[in-house]
Amino acid sequence: MAGPADRVEACLQPTDEVLAGARPSDEVKAGVRPPGEREVDRREFLEQALKAGLGVPILLGVIRIQDLVAGDAGQEGYEPGEHYYGMGVDVGRCIGCGMCAQACKTENDVPLEPHYFNTWIERYVIQTDGAVVVDSPNGGMDGFPGAQSEGEIQRTFFVPKLCNHCEDAPCVQVCPVGATFTTEDGVVLVDEEYCIGCSYCIQACPYGARWFHPEKHVAAKCTFCYHRLVEGLVPACVEVCPTGARVFGEVEHRATPLARFMRLNEIQVLKPHLNTKPRVYYANLDGEVR
Amino acid sequence: MQGYIYPNEFELHWGLLVVLYPYITGLVAGAFILASLERVFNVKEVQPTYRLALLTALAFLLVAPLPLLAHLGHPLRSYEIFLTPNRKSAMAMFGFVYAWYLTVVLLLEIWFEYRKDLVLWARSERGPKKWLHYALTLGATDLSEEALRFDDNAGRWITIIGIPSAFLLHGYVGFIFGSVKANPWWSSVLMPVVFLFSAIVSGIALVLFIYVAASLFRSKPVDMRCADKLAAFLFYAMIVDFSLEMLDFIHRLYESEESIEILSQLIQGPLFISLIVLQVVLGTLVPLIALGVVSPALSDRGVSRTPAELRRLIYLACATLVQIGIFSIRWNVVLGGQLFSKSLRGLTVYKPLLFGTEGLLMASVLLFLPLVILWLLVKVLPPWLDAEATE
Repeated sequence: MAGPADRVEACLQPTDEVLAGARPSDEVKAGVRPPGEREVDRREFLEQALKAGLGVPILLGVIRIQDLVAGDAGQEGYEPGEHYYGMGVDVGRCIGCGMCAQACKTENDVPLEPHYFNTWIERYVIQTDGAVVVDSPNGGMDGFPGAQSEGEIQRTFFVPKLCNHCEDAPCVQVCPVGATFTTEDGVVLVDEEYCIGCSYCIQACPYGARWFHPEKHVAAKCTFCYHRLVEGLVPACVEVCPTGARVFGEVEHRATPLARFMRLNEIQVLKPHLNTKPRVYYANLDGEVR
Repeated sequence: MQGYIYPNEFELHWGLLVVLYPYITGLVAGAFILASLERVFNVKEVQPTYRLALLTALAFLLVAPLPLLAHLGHPLRSYEIFLTPNRKSAMAMFGFVYAWYLTVVLLLEIWFEYRKDLVLWARSERGPKKWLHYALTLGATDLSEEALRFDDNAGRWITIIGIPSAFLLHGYVGFIFGSVKANPWWSSVLMPVVFLFSAIVSGIALVLFIYVAASLFRSKPVDMRCADKLAAFLFYAMIVDFSLEMLDFIHRLYESEESIEILSQLIQGPLFISLIVLQVVLGTLVPLIALGVVSPALSDRGVSRTPAELRRLIYLACATLVQIGIFSIRWNVVLGGQLFSKSLRGLTVYKPLLFGTEGLLMASVLLFLPLVILWLLVKVLPPWLDAEATE
């Protein structure tokens, strides 16, 4: 069985878009060369080295060490033990634009078909007679059409949903082989090289946050964009939210945006009676949401 | 689809194959518990079915993991359950419970039960059958009185261990569902107990069916004392099973937790046919009434005296209805639990496919396969009293 570090490594799979550097946040990462450039360098280096008449076995050894150094450059200095992540969601700020769901699909290579979502947005329409109508067309990815309501609308709001990265995650508990695990920094991940695809975790998740990957035949879910976290970035959904409805950060440190969010708002979690101890914290959450 | 379901809930993840799994393991546990009645509790009347029940249990147990394997996204990784089980996972224990039950309980018990006959058959037969039977003795051909007494003692002890093991095998399957707190249809402390008693019901019904049908097929007389006793046991087990299910139902209704609304929609909507019609009326009430009237469960000769030929047919019909009922229970648990959204705001539908690994065809093959295995086992190890070897 792979060690914990290897397994986290296996989950760090940025997509082509990420590698192509299509994100504004990449500018922040000054000094990290795109991978294509590194390929060329290696080839040139090889040619030069061969010209210099060095022995091939020694050469390969040199390259491999260099490769390792270069590969780890992005995550250098990342200590999972120093972090403990959570997300805040301010329901009052969400405008249902669907940017978060779109960004998530792009960033994490989630199939575009309608029924696979790491994150989605629900719209609640509460009528004066107490009736509640909830919808989430295509996970709210394309925004929402005007609310069609038979009765008089009392209030309406949007609720972004995602994996709650529960402290006592039922999905982690039930996984027969331990392919789903909680990282030291508090993120629930799936080792897709290890998952046997039994779907028990999907049944055990009270939030409908897991889905079955149609091509990989393994359970899949939100990773808090773990590959971005180790680079010092926030999850894609947080980055693109135009209203700041999503706040990401450290749960336990005092001087972080999330800690501030949790100090200044009355916080609720989803389905608290199940005692899963979610780490997605909602502000201005209506009692109808579940 | 009606109401709201989470976007990820459009796909049902456990289909027909996962319905088969508790159905088949239930038959195994039930058949074994029936066999143990004769062995441990000395119910002499059911002796003609003792070996048949053991072979039936074995045939179905050999098939039990197949639907699970076929349903996995990565069946080739399934061995990881043995190598690196997550000790907190109920499902991880399956491999161990299964292996224990197959090797320690069933195979050993069958071997001790048949050893004497295997030796005698091997002595009197010729050709490949002789060698097959000899090989199955594993070389233990001692038929001294002491050795036979040891066989008998060992068999009894294995049965005594086997009863809690059978309880474990199927109660544990119930626990896999009953412990999912996210799902109010499954999450119930009664689930393992209900599973267990429905398993006993299904096992007795299956052995009764196979015994009566095989006797008719072999043109041998049906031992009506045995059939009557089995029918009486079936009746008692069904009473307990039905009471437990009613208890669960009334408890839910009385507590009326937040899920009650969606669950009542579920029962009145997508589960109406399979739950009310098939499970409760056809699978439980009709056979209960029929057995109550004709079997000697309530009075020595049955409430209404019926000729043996008619009684046999009624038993066959009841056993068939009970199988339909128990299959419906598994269907209602496994699929019913996925037909409503965990948002408790909507219902979805299940459309069984004909082809593919989760299809009806595959399910039929997997249901038929144990019968083929049983036929083979019966050929090699005849379970009939008239086939027992005499010295």
